[in-house]
Amino acid sequence: MSAAATVGKRGRDQLPLVFPALMLFAFFVVPFGLMIAVSFFERVQGGFYVPVFTTANYARFLSLFFGEILLFSLALSALVSAICLTVGAPFTYLLTKLPRRRQVPWLVAMLAVLSLSEVIIGFAWSTLLSRTAGVSNLLAAIGLMDGPDAWSPSFGAVLAGMVYQALPYAVLVLYPSFSRLDPSLAEAARTLGASPARSFLTVILPAMRTTLIATFIIVFVFALGAYLLPQLLGRPQHWTLSVLITDQAIYQSNMPFAAAMAVFLVIASLLLVLLTTVLGHKGKPA
Amino acid sequence: MSGLELVNVTKRYGSIVAVDDAVLNVPAGSFVCLLGPSGCGKTTLMRIVAGLETPSAGDVRFNGEAIGDRPVHKRDFGMVFQSLALFPHLSVGENIAYPLKIRRRGKAEREARVAELLDMVRLPGVADRAVSQLSGGQRQRVAIARALAVSPKLFLLDEPLSALDAKLREAMQVELRQLQQRLGVTTIVVTHDQREAMTMADKIVVMKGGRILQMDRPIDIYRRPVDPFVADFLGQTNLLSASVEAGTVHVAGAPIPGLALTAGRRTAEISVRPEDVSVRPDGEAPIAATVEFIRDMGSAVEVYLTTAAGRIIAQRPAGTGGLAVGDPVSLGLDPASVVVFPEGGRA
Repeated sequence: MSAAATVGKRGRDQLPLVFPALMLFAFFVVPFGLMIAVSFFERVQGGFYVPVFTTANYARFLSLFFGEILLFSLALSALVSAICLTVGAPFTYLLTKLPRRRQVPWLVAMLAVLSLSEVIIGFAWSTLLSRTAGVSNLLAAIGLMDGPDAWSPSFGAVLAGMVYQALPYAVLVLYPSFSRLDPSLAEAARTLGASPARSFLTVILPAMRTTLIATFIIVFVFALGAYLLPQLLGRPQHWTLSVLITDQAIYQSNMPFAAAMAVFLVIASLLLVLLTTVLGHKGKPA
Repeated sequence: MSGLELVNVTKRYGSIVAVDDAVLNVPAGSFVCLLGPSGCGKTTLMRIVAGLETPSAGDVRFNGEAIGDRPVHKRDFGMVFQSLALFPHLSVGENIAYPLKIRRRGKAEREARVAELLDMVRLPGVADRAVSQLSGGQRQRVAIARALAVSPKLFLLDEPLSALDAKLREAMQVELRQLQQRLGVTTIVVTHDQREAMTMADKIVVMKGGRILQMDRPIDIYRRPVDPFVADFLGQTNLLSASVEAGTVHVAGAPIPGLALTAGRRTAEISVRPEDVSVRPDGEAPIAATVEFIRDMGSAVEVYLTTAAGRIIAQRPAGTGGLAVGDPVSLGLDPASVVVFPEGGRA
């Protein structure tokens, strides 16, 4: 067979990939490239920007103020991921132990949460946690509290809203793996002397390590992009980098600076995802 | 009494009765096989013993103590699962050491015990390997070693050898039995393979539809099955009907001298093992037959014969030739080895 024929055959095999590759290029590579380019442009006060190379946008970002916000954003997202896993993993495990018929209502309820927009979730929580109409009124009425209290805006409110929004994603990512898990693994651990909780911690969770890491990363990235909930449920000090990017891009019309922050956020989160993956694979038997 | 006792154990799932009023004694140190077709309740019965299922009624006793509501992890029974259930995230050594770690044994003690167990299952030096690097037979041995790590009071195996190929399975049967005899551990194995049960067991418990049909030494079950199902399930057999005509018992329309039915009965079902059917030249024995098919297995020859009562299979020693398909022959049945079932009706 000639080399040309081989190339021709390989070319034909890859033909179906051309369309998705073009789409990926047009709708991901080009916009992202533009964003990187813009991040090095110079802003024109009161106007837009001019294509003059400058690193001033990055220099401005590398300040204590923005550094703190970046750290806060990453820490908040990591915390949301951690809570989603801590709640989601045992929940999903117990869910897959139920008979099929009883799993369905739970899954439908989870999917229903996904159909709610971030705006609705934000306003619902801010009402629930408010002093005028919130659950603190109920607690005060039954005597658990002296009087109604405002729980929003606060860090706890931001956290609650984001966990509420991300938990269904965590469960949906965990569900297929947990339902494929060999049920005799947990039973074997039980016959070997482990209590139910211990068998979950020492056998089920480690056996699901890859899925748990994947879920952590998905929820982390998802939470990093949230920009409405921190504004609706938090004070300015609880605003994430995504909020500031929106603010710069839309309200301050400072595209180059918004682009520089976005690029930085992407790099920081990629590094963190990489770190998580590396740590996750350490200590695994060869 | 020492050993395991099941007292009228019943397990229901809704309207389905998985185990129906099981009564069973497993004396200390013995090897018992639960044998039956799939869905006969043998696995459910074993899971009840392990504590993985709770009986709907009845009592499980071990060494005289009722253990029906004792949780699984407090029973100290070793169990090998059909899927083996080796922990994928742990090495071979860590898998075997898992029950020791749970019991907070020291590192040195754990390592020594792992090495000892791997020697015992003839798999030395693999403690640091990943489970995925082992073959099916090796994983089997690791699962056995793990279940025996804390010297269990009772050793349970659920279809332990079903994933292995035929040759390896036979070798493992012998090895498992020898291991059990060396350790003296009370053992229960669930299997649907009658050869496996015959090879390993002190006692076989034959189950069907959730009920225990017969419980006996393997050879007694083979020689004296209580009903046609048991006769057919354990090895090959010819199930025929016999009737009394003019004072003698007839099988396939021919009188068999020396054979007697239960007093007062005119018909009965009988079982004759192929090795108890003798093939003679035409006219020398009572039952007329024609050779239908010859299956020469090398170690023995099976002859399929057409008679007035349908097909009868006869087994002859190796090297007995001289027969061809279509030959007219005659068959003799040894009355002493024929099993007459008390109640009629083909299974």
